[in-house]
Amino acid sequence: MSTIELNGATHPLASGSTLAGLVAEVTGRELLPSGKPADGGRLGVAVARNSGIVPRSLWSATALEVNDDIEIVTAVQGG
Amino acid sequence: MTHTLTHTDPLLIDGVPLGSRLIMGTGGAPSLDGLGAALIASGTELTTVAMRRYSAPGPGSTGGTNLFDLLIENNIRVLPNTAGCFTAREAVMTAELGREALETDWVKLEVIADEHTLLPDGLELVDATEALVDRGFKVFAYTNDDPVLALRLEQLGAAAVMPLGAPIGTGLGILNPHNIELIVSRASVPVILDAGIGTASDAAVAMELGCDAVLLASAVTRAQDPVAMAQAFRHAVIGGRLAAQAGRIPKRSHALASSAMEGRPDL
Repeated sequence: MSTIELNGATHPLASGSTLAGLVAEVTGRELLPSGKPADGGRLGVAVARNSGIVPRSLWSATALEVNDDIEIVTAVQGG
Repeated sequence: MTHTLTHTDPLLIDGVPLGSRLIMGTGGAPSLDGLGAALIASGTELTTVAMRRYSAPGPGSTGGTNLFDLLIENNIRVLPNTAGCFTAREAVMTAELGREALETDWVKLEVIADEHTLLPDGLELVDATEALVDRGFKVFAYTNDDPVLALRLEQLGAAAVMPLGAPIGTGLGILNPHNIELIVSRASVPVILDAGIGTASDAAVAMELGCDAVLLASAVTRAQDPVAMAQAFRHAVIGGRLAAQAGRIPKRSHALASSAMEGRPDL
């Protein structure tokens, strides 16, 4: 089975998957092609793919590839 | 007499007015609900967050509310930090993630030397400040209480310098008030006392030393009653600011009576 690395864990990779699809799956929110949530709110997450940041506007055009190393981060409590 | 002193004069950073000079961190709070109450009680308008891997909202956060939503709902501006970074490279990457996720180019730059002291690494801090300013960030540089380094950071383009009072989480207060005063006297960007604050009087002292604002987290979030402590800090920062502007009396070696000696009755 094809996999990627998602936040340090192995994650299955379906063919034709995009970064936008992955972010929608992880956050449970529908995304517009712009990468913004369809509910009009703010998503508050950023994505790094193989140590490079992918702006949200490029998520839907970014196809996931086998062994991609994806980090999805958000704001948590901190000083 | 006309009142010329106003504790409500806004703190201007990067052209943005902040009505409260108390900047809160969010670390150390046991629950999101409790944190929200403390933030509201503090009156803060700017609050730090850390950037970490996304995990689905847990049972403690009902309705999928997360920290970012909480801040948006309460009109509190978010200040992503680079906590946990040991190198300039990591800090720049973390700042970029924060900018992308939270749609702000403000960043609290924290580059620590080791986990034991959590003290800033001056060399990495300088490199990271230069790189981030170059990339268009407004850098709030968390730094040692070193007047030379603080000035260097300002010269590199930091939007604010944030000297520590004492190491993070120690609650030891302001260990070198003279250095803080020296930093304030030479800075032309806002000076924000960050880290080491234990209780309200520490924040008042920071403001009396001339700091433009105070940033703290643990002192509130780990207090027995965080809401009460947040209120205490809200008042302490206002009190310290007013005192700094009001002009204190000079210190003297000997007593100076405030009641006249003349006209005493013969008893």
